[in-house]
Amino acid sequence: MTRPPALTFTDKGIYCPAGDFHIDPWRRVDHALITHGHADHARGGMRRYLATHAALPVMRHRLGNIDAQGIAYGDVLRIGDAQVSFHPAGHVPGSAQIRVEVAGDVWVVSGDYKVIDDGFSEPFEPVACQHFITESTFGLPIFRWRGQADVAADLNAWWAGCAAEGKTAVLGAYSLGKAQRLMTMLDDTIGPILTHTAIENTNEVLRTQGLVLPETVLVTTDTDPKDHPGALLLAPPSALGAKWARRFGPQESAFASGWMALRGVRRRRAGDRGFVISDHADWAGLLWAIEQTGAENIYVTHGYTDVFTRYLNESGYTAQVVPTRFEGETLDSGEAA
Amino acid sequence: MKRFAALFDAIDQSTKTTVKVAALANYFRTAPEHDRMWCIALFSGRRPKRAVTTTRLREWGAEVAGIPLWLFEECYPVVGDLAETITLALPSNVTTDDSSLFHWINALRDVYKADETARKAFVLDAWQRLGGTERFIFNKLITGGMRVGVSQKLMTRALAAATERDEAELAHRLMGNWHPDDTTWHQLIEAEDASADASRPYPFYLAYGLEVDPAALGDTEDWRAEWKWDGIRGQLILRDGQHFVWSRGEELMTDRFPELARAVDFLPEGTVLDGELLVWQPDANHPSSFNALQTRIGRKTVPKKLLAAAPVALHAYDLLEWKGEDIRQRAFAERRALLEAACADLPPEAPIRLSPQLRFSEWQTLADHRENARSAFAEGLMLKRADSPYLAGRKKGDWWKWKLAPLTIDAVMIYAQAGSGRRANLFTDFTFAVWNGNDLVPFTKAYSGLTDEEFRKITAWVRKNTLQRFGPVRQVTPHHVFEIGFEGIQASLRHKSGVALRFPRMLRWRQDKPLQEANTIGDLEDMLKTYG
Repeated sequence: MTRPPALTFTDKGIYCPAGDFHIDPWRRVDHALITHGHADHARGGMRRYLATHAALPVMRHRLGNIDAQGIAYGDVLRIGDAQVSFHPAGHVPGSAQIRVEVAGDVWVVSGDYKVIDDGFSEPFEPVACQHFITESTFGLPIFRWRGQADVAADLNAWWAGCAAEGKTAVLGAYSLGKAQRLMTMLDDTIGPILTHTAIENTNEVLRTQGLVLPETVLVTTDTDPKDHPGALLLAPPSALGAKWARRFGPQESAFASGWMALRGVRRRRAGDRGFVISDHADWAGLLWAIEQTGAENIYVTHGYTDVFTRYLNESGYTAQVVPTRFEGETLDSGEAA
Repeated sequence: MKRFAALFDAIDQSTKTTVKVAALANYFRTAPEHDRMWCIALFSGRRPKRAVTTTRLREWGAEVAGIPLWLFEECYPVVGDLAETITLALPSNVTTDDSSLFHWINALRDVYKADETARKAFVLDAWQRLGGTERFIFNKLITGGMRVGVSQKLMTRALAAATERDEAELAHRLMGNWHPDDTTWHQLIEAEDASADASRPYPFYLAYGLEVDPAALGDTEDWRAEWKWDGIRGQLILRDGQHFVWSRGEELMTDRFPELARAVDFLPEGTVLDGELLVWQPDANHPSSFNALQTRIGRKTVPKKLLAAAPVALHAYDLLEWKGEDIRQRAFAERRALLEAACADLPPEAPIRLSPQLRFSEWQTLADHRENARSAFAEGLMLKRADSPYLAGRKKGDWWKWKLAPLTIDAVMIYAQAGSGRRANLFTDFTFAVWNGNDLVPFTKAYSGLTDEEFRKITAWVRKNTLQRFGPVRQVTPHHVFEIGFEGIQASLRHKSGVALRFPRMLRWRQDKPLQEANTIGDLEDMLKTYG
């Protein structure tokens, strides 16, 4: 008996024939199910969107006036012959893994995910399935994240050190997700948190939907650095070292990303410090997540796909590389997760 | 090790020179003597003997990390550094360790004599005790090379700050053959009579490139000019009846150039010359190409046949010590006069020759000399202020190199390979081709000359435009044209294109230039005829 699989891989993205919908497509389609609001997963131009209630505000903010339906985590929706549900991926607020079941054939598309609880995003929940589509952004054993509390202690010690020396601490981080997670890790008794417009815009969206963030001060052309001694300036990576940041006088710069684990990348960024904080699973996290699903068939997308797939095959899974246009957190891109 | 690791972190976590110098100076003020000595040694390129091969380190690393060796090998190019790959891939340390840097260096030296079982036990134990930066430094001590964004110059500056001594004098003290085992802090840094070692060279004075019109340098009378040779810069020392030859990289090259042993027959004791080692055939009126010198560079001992085929002489252009006296503070014109007098009666068989000065009274005459440099087999000119002392290191103002504009050719990138270390994960090493009819013939590699931003752009492009992979090398769609600059061109049987270039590098990414307008193999052959 041959039945088409519940999900297939097409040149438009991941497709479900039984429900006639795509997941995170990169070309125009009628019905797009979106795992989360980052640009490489939520693209414009789809006729209809479906995403979690918590992911929609950011998508609307980014994509404008879209025809979008919201869904709660865990609710099951019937689309054609497919049963669809969304489950927390722990990547950023509102991010989801999408479970698709067609006639007992269960697939899970994980999108981007991390398995630790960052105290901010809805924590990752393993979902049992037969077919698991996983990312592999940090799919090498050299990537092992330290506990968030330890990194937060380092981060705050750095900020306090800058403040004590009369320097502004300039911290670079991606505007959606990472920046807000960092804000929740910061000890705002050290000083005020100033933000770049790109970050503050996202802050506003997330605050409006009920997420709690520390108080921030938006930097405008009228902002006088002297009014904010001991400040930490949170900016997208592209603004680091730019004229915008330079007017804050003596400063130290830092960048927060999983790639900061690598000394070469850290030095190339030409910042002073690198903090290893990622919204993706590390090596152990990826392996744990895969094991938890109980799936035998693993499809590996963006990241160290070839190497990770080979390792999974040697470990008893049936794994294959699936080419996608998801970029995850690429090493040298200007803006990503 | 903790103190040294903290120093390393302080240096590594800042891009500011002042912060690095302050951290180093603080270390020199507070660390125990043996640690201080080894800190200087490590940052000036000295290290303990390699106790373990990198092959074993990889195997043991993979074993402890609990991963197959192939997976460990896949990690290495992503990190770009073996010591760091091991640091990252292994589980965290289970205990901590308070031993000093000196303790670990001694332990490494002891284990050098032990058998492999003992070596492995030692290394695995160290990995359990040392985490993070400490583990990285331990691995670096084994694999060699503590290059951490601290130049010897920076280290010397910090040492000067910590000891309140003159930086140039310290630079001189740190030159040559010393080793932390054979000397003390006092002898190395403080003792009045620091002339203990006869082989000790002076720090080389290095020039910056001239980027302005030489007329801006003022009156021609204040300046002297000479050819800038394309050889090996060397310092010849005649002391205590011995001779020593040092390279600019502080490598002792005495045995590689046995011709220079005869120098003691022609010049007095207590003489130190600065000059260029060149292959120069007895009856030629110009030096041989750098290719001829290259046959000599790699060889620690030289067979007679090669000595005859590629004879080397030192072309002296400065005198640093005369009759046992350090004369570096005297004016260049005065040193030069002494040098000329010393070299006046040298017979043709002497391995020393005077590098000539070029006459000029107008800057235009000098510009004409420069235009002719290629026919004199020189790279350009050196300009030296007549009243300048011989300084230590690279300093602006008194000496300038005024090189010829490079030869250039527009070429197509056809292969790309990722770099290592700071350039890990970036495509930085490219192979270039020129047209031969409708085919592209590779003729050179180049890996410098672009900005980080350009490398990032080209890396993203390479990822999307890879046609085929050959291990680490990617064949890419022929599309991008680069202007390649180089200093010279030679016929070569080893290269498919029939030519070999000297110092090829990327001058510009010609995004304005269509693929079809890149140069041809015929253009290269014409250049070979003119300049080869």
